[in-house]
Amino acid sequence: MIEILFYILSAVTLGSAFLTILSKNPIHSAIWLVVCFFSIAGHYALLNSQFLAMVHIIVYSGAIMILMLFTIMLMNLNISDEVSKPVVTKIVATVCFCLIGFFLVSALAQTAPTLETYTNTGVDFQSIQVLGKVLLNEFVLPFEMAAVLLLMAMIGAVLISKKDKKTA
Amino acid sequence: MEHVLQQIGIDQYIYLSIILFSIGAFGILYRRNAIVMFMSIEIMLNAANLLLVAFSNYHEDANGQVFVFFTMAVAAAEVAIGLAILVAIYRNIGSIDIDKLKNLKG
Repeated sequence: MIEILFYILSAVTLGSAFLTILSKNPIHSAIWLVVCFFSIAGHYALLNSQFLAMVHIIVYSGAIMILMLFTIMLMNLNISDEVSKPVVTKIVATVCFCLIGFFLVSALAQTAPTLETYTNTGVDFQSIQVLGKVLLNEFVLPFEMAAVLLLMAMIGAVLISKKDKKTA
Repeated sequence: MEHVLQQIGIDQYIYLSIILFSIGAFGILYRRNAIVMFMSIEIMLNAANLLLVAFSNYHEDANGQVFVFFTMAVAAAEVAIGLAILVAIYRNIGSIDIDKLKNLKG
């Protein structure tokens, strides 16, 4: 049961990732990317990481994709605007993709790392309660730094996208 | 309930992340639309996140998940800044085709 669910989710993840790249219309790309993110959230839920599954849906499918969709609509990108790359570039990109994938997969298969079979000790390590304690005890400084980073990103985004008063 | 890693094994997750990462790299090379390239970067980040979560489960250690949390914060900041830069580029050039951004080329 779980196995079938894993393979279905993996197929959805990989297929929608491909469709994200191959769709001509950027809005279709964005919608396929939402599907991809939801299936990755499904993977997290399958691994029993409830906190990350929720945060992933909120941050990626909620915030980031809305931002991208609004940018696409703001720029009013039409399909006809985009000139596709020359065929040579596409062939080279495909060959590179096959080489990267083949190299990494075969490296993993050849080295055959001795992975012990997983034993479930039943320790609670990924509930929201435990993660919150870890986040605010060990990782409290990086946590605050993340807040500063987000603030800087907000100020920077406003500054960059603000219209200049004087024409340069 | 039986854990998913008992039935599937960590190597399936490694293969999945590898293929997802390669798809992201493929997108960077294949497309010239800057927004779709951003999406490809997100796919690559997510491949790494998925592997971090899988190994965090494998070792039953919460630190991996905290790292994923920070990666998400950084990704959100990166997307906000990147899209702001794209909007500024679009205002100046009128397109976000990366092949037109070669003013620095001598």
